[in-house]
Amino acid sequence: MKIDHSLPLEYSTDENRLKILGFWIFLGAEVMLFATLFASYFILSGGTGDGPSGAEIFEITPVLIETLVLLTSSFTIGLMVHAMRLGRQKAMMGFFIATIVLGAIFLGVEIYEFVHYVHVGAGLQTSAFSAILLTTLGTHGAHVTFGLFWGICILIQVKKYGLTPRTTNKSFIFSLYWHFLDVVWIFIFSFVYLKGMM
Amino acid sequence: MEFFERFAIPHPSPAIYASMVAIAVVSIAIVVGLTYFKKWGYLWREWLTTVDHKRLGIMYIIAAILMLFRGGADAIMMRAQLSAPENKLLDAQHYNEIFTTHGVVMILFMAMPFIIGFMNFVVPLQIGARDVAFPRLNALSFWLFFAGAMLFNISFVVGGSPDAGWTSYFPLADNEFSTSVGTNYYMIAIQIAGLGTLATGINFLTTILKMRAPGMTLMKMPMFTWSALITNVIIVFAFPVLTVALAMGTLDRLFGTHFFASTNGGMDMLWANLFWVWGHPEVYILILPAFGIYSEVISTFARRNLYGYKSMVASMVIISLLSFVVWVHHFFTMGQGAFVNSIFSITTMAIAVPTGVKIFNWLLTLYKGKIVMTTPMLYSMLFIPLFTLGGVTGVMLGMSAADYQYHNTMFLVAHFHMVIIPGVVFAMLAALYYYWPKMFGFMLNDRLGKIGAWIIAIGTLVAFMPMFISGLDGQARRMYTYSEASGFGIWNMISMVGALMLAAGFALIVYNIYYSFRHAPRDIGSDPWDARTLEWATHTPIPEYNFATMPKIDTYETFWDSKKKGTTLFPDKIEKIHMPNNSGIPFIMGIIFFLWGFSFVFAMWIPLIICTLGIFACMAYQSFENDHGRYISIEEIEETEKELGGKR
Amino acid sequence: MKLKRALLLAVVAIAAVLAGCEPLTVLNPKGPQAEVQANDIMMSIWLMSGIVIVVFAMLAYMLIKYRSSKQAKDYEPPHIEGNKWVEAVCVGIPVLIVAYLSFVSVQSNYKVEATPPGYEDKEPLVVYASSSNWKWHFSYPEENIETVNYLYIPTDRALEFKLYSFGPITSFWIPQLGGQKYAMADMVTTLHLAADHPGEFMGRNANFSGKGFAENTFDVTAMSPVEFEEWVDEVHQTADPITEEKFEELLEPGHLGKMTFTGTHLDFSPAPEGHEHHQSNDEDSEENHENHDEHEGHSDHSGH
Repeated sequence: MKIDHSLPLEYSTDENRLKILGFWIFLGAEVMLFATLFASYFILSGGTGDGPSGAEIFEITPVLIETLVLLTSSFTIGLMVHAMRLGRQKAMMGFFIATIVLGAIFLGVEIYEFVHYVHVGAGLQTSAFSAILLTTLGTHGAHVTFGLFWGICILIQVKKYGLTPRTTNKSFIFSLYWHFLDVVWIFIFSFVYLKGMM
Repeated sequence: MEFFERFAIPHPSPAIYASMVAIAVVSIAIVVGLTYFKKWGYLWREWLTTVDHKRLGIMYIIAAILMLFRGGADAIMMRAQLSAPENKLLDAQHYNEIFTTHGVVMILFMAMPFIIGFMNFVVPLQIGARDVAFPRLNALSFWLFFAGAMLFNISFVVGGSPDAGWTSYFPLADNEFSTSVGTNYYMIAIQIAGLGTLATGINFLTTILKMRAPGMTLMKMPMFTWSALITNVIIVFAFPVLTVALAMGTLDRLFGTHFFASTNGGMDMLWANLFWVWGHPEVYILILPAFGIYSEVISTFARRNLYGYKSMVASMVIISLLSFVVWVHHFFTMGQGAFVNSIFSITTMAIAVPTGVKIFNWLLTLYKGKIVMTTPMLYSMLFIPLFTLGGVTGVMLGMSAADYQYHNTMFLVAHFHMVIIPGVVFAMLAALYYYWPKMFGFMLNDRLGKIGAWIIAIGTLVAFMPMFISGLDGQARRMYTYSEASGFGIWNMISMVGALMLAAGFALIVYNIYYSFRHAPRDIGSDPWDARTLEWATHTPIPEYNFATMPKIDTYETFWDSKKKGTTLFPDKIEKIHMPNNSGIPFIMGIIFFLWGFSFVFAMWIPLIICTLGIFACMAYQSFENDHGRYISIEEIEETEKELGGKR
Repeated sequence: MKLKRALLLAVVAIAAVLAGCEPLTVLNPKGPQAEVQANDIMMSIWLMSGIVIVVFAMLAYMLIKYRSSKQAKDYEPPHIEGNKWVEAVCVGIPVLIVAYLSFVSVQSNYKVEATPPGYEDKEPLVVYASSSNWKWHFSYPEENIETVNYLYIPTDRALEFKLYSFGPITSFWIPQLGGQKYAMADMVTTLHLAADHPGEFMGRNANFSGKGFAENTFDVTAMSPVEFEEWVDEVHQTADPITEEKFEELLEPGHLGKMTFTGTHLDFSPAPEGHEHHQSNDEDSEENHENHDEHEGHSDHSGH
């Protein structure tokens, strides 16, 4: 395998460059996926049937915690990539672990939030609005959950093999994924929660 | 026993029992045959675990041909039922199931794999690559498609077929009106196959953008590769919409949500919108690669370069953009008012312009050419007039006020068959004849091929032209019967004759494959058609690494120039080649996905959870596996090259 | 030469459409809307035939002239990249054709979505046409009459059909009076029609709606205003009133013959009006929704 040393490790082989481009294209597909969910959300957000509307069930505190935690995790994953480029494996793993822990906290709060929605009578079967709300949030949450397991797999490999073209490539792609989830959350925060609460 | 009752067919008939027996017999025969001839190992090593784009391509094409016959059998049953007024061959429920599966199978499990199969086989060769960007993902794509296709196909013997039309409009497709598990099959089988297609889209985009031979700029790519590039862009942007729609449909059916229900705030039109936001681009996913095939074939057999290369590319780009802004024309009659209809009417008709440009460019490619009428060329020449008939009726359908009269009638059915059959099916048959020697090392008989082409072309006209008439006479589509007094009888009888001609034409192709396998000469060289693009610069059979050294490209027909002007195509010295290893993981994941889908269809949650864990386990295994591929040594390459006829 | 045969067949088929012995239903309009549509259809058929002929002729010319058997053995076809002017013509002519068709199409769109000309002097007759598996219920609020599976209409008034469905999406279609429109469970759509002359027409659901779809038809009779008035009086004298229980019974899936009632089901089971959405497209759905929010919440009177 030809390694091009003029580039960062994660870009250093042909295979790595292909993977990064491929992942960007995948994110393009993900954008469409969430765009479709958002479009459906806007269309169905008035379809509350006999159930409650967004303004009646949204709670600001957990949402703010989630937002804060996820934004911070996006920052730590950025620091992870920075540490990786400097070749500092320990620091890199530290930031990686921080990201995953923050992701787990986010998920915990989101689960609390879901329980709350079901508790106040906005379950999956209540109305079209509650269904699309839980589906949109759930799709994002499922992405985060998947990201946690994926991140742990990569972390183990970094621990095992050190910073190689392969492991750095995986970590870098993971960071793209994580930033993307953060961007999606910002949209959810603005167009689902803020708009819903106003 | 109660557990097994769910797998019973809700609406059985002798034909379905016969099919069950046939499926069982064929499955046993395959297992026994493989064991008897000791081919299990061969099958596993060479095919089930392969990551080679050429073999995956061939497997796609075989699957597509099988599905063509499945969908064709559905078509014959439908036409037979309608051939006479008040016919009693099928009842309403069976007819509904059959036209639903006909549509889904033909679009998603016949046309799509046919196209993706040729994309797999041809694109890496045309751009001078050794494989696609992610060979294992490519294998996974195939097995996901195959799992989806098989899941969909067992529906009629286990639990019941979907019966809400291939568009599955809600609320008709909801539990209240579609009571069997059939529509669950629809939602989940298409979901699985769709994931595979999305992965294909990502894979081929990366491949085409990053892995072209040195010197091949975008504007020097062969036209088929261009069409594949644009198609895959459409796939990446359209399929996620389907993913969401199907997920919401699944939730509605299995988890009691109200996305598309008419109660509790649901909106049935949302399904129609989401379905067609995917569905219309899907039409162009099918037709653009077909256009690419025609461009290659026509230019090869007119012995001329393709006329208007740049406008060909531009028109495809414009078509792909327009394809996302016309979906409302599938339901002009939904009451969105004159203004919205006018906008979508104009965008729809606008597609005729780039399409017309392509037709004229093909005609002008013939100009001053030296036309050799081989079978692939004959298909292309039959495509132009027939597709024009289908295309102009599409413009007529695009006029929304008039569409109030065409909508939901046989006129529409005639239109889309007249574009899809000459557009896509003829292209795939042309490609089958054209690439057959490259795939299998012998040519299909030209005489039998041409007879078949004529039968299929005339059969298409006879089967579908009468539908234009009966549609204008008021025959709605999807009616399982009609009265004598309606006067539709004669037109449907003519259609039946055409359908039988089509069946005969396809049977003749199968016979041709058998005949040519037995009798065709094997010493045809690597470039039997005297073609122009890079895929013909490799040996036949193609070595696994495709090209021993990278070709050097300076014009868009470098291979043709190297033949005519004697320029060197392969200037480099042989070096060792890195190739990926085979892997059983994609195949195993395909099987798990099949079981996952099956559990999902029947709402069996424990097996579903186990399968989900299995899928994640496979992904984790894949992540931890330390497989760096392998190298083919210089000596080995030199030996292979010598055996196949020396370094070109 | 077989190609010619195929072409001939196509031409014959088109000719059959154009000159068939008895006029095809859609091309035999009995009302102003159907006439607009039939005119559009005929115009586009002629225009498209022209295009088809040009393409066929070009193809035939190329195939005959440039066959390899007609050329010298050593003939080498030239390399032709393309020509700006030729390509401009190939783009220009289709653009002109499409522009013309768009012009016609947009005009017709507004015509078929409004009360037809010549009928504006009288208030249109409003008929609520609702479908259930697999029947049509016609409610005449003004006349206080309800019928099942048949429709009587006067010839002197424009007709305004309010369409909705108790169940799957259906499509209300009387080809000789005009094109179809969907009937859906959660909103009401409006179809403007009119009948010029007395006569009997076929009407049906054109959108697939399950097992009984093929037989989901109704008979339409257009009659003079006097006869229509007589019919209304007769119904009031002879028919039973429709009750909620009776209507629930009618909604059960299945087929029914023709039935007549006094009163309409709208009294106890009103149409899903009030949130008459314009079809939401993904882009403009947001602003649409603002207007409808206040109407939501009373949308579940569709089922049983």
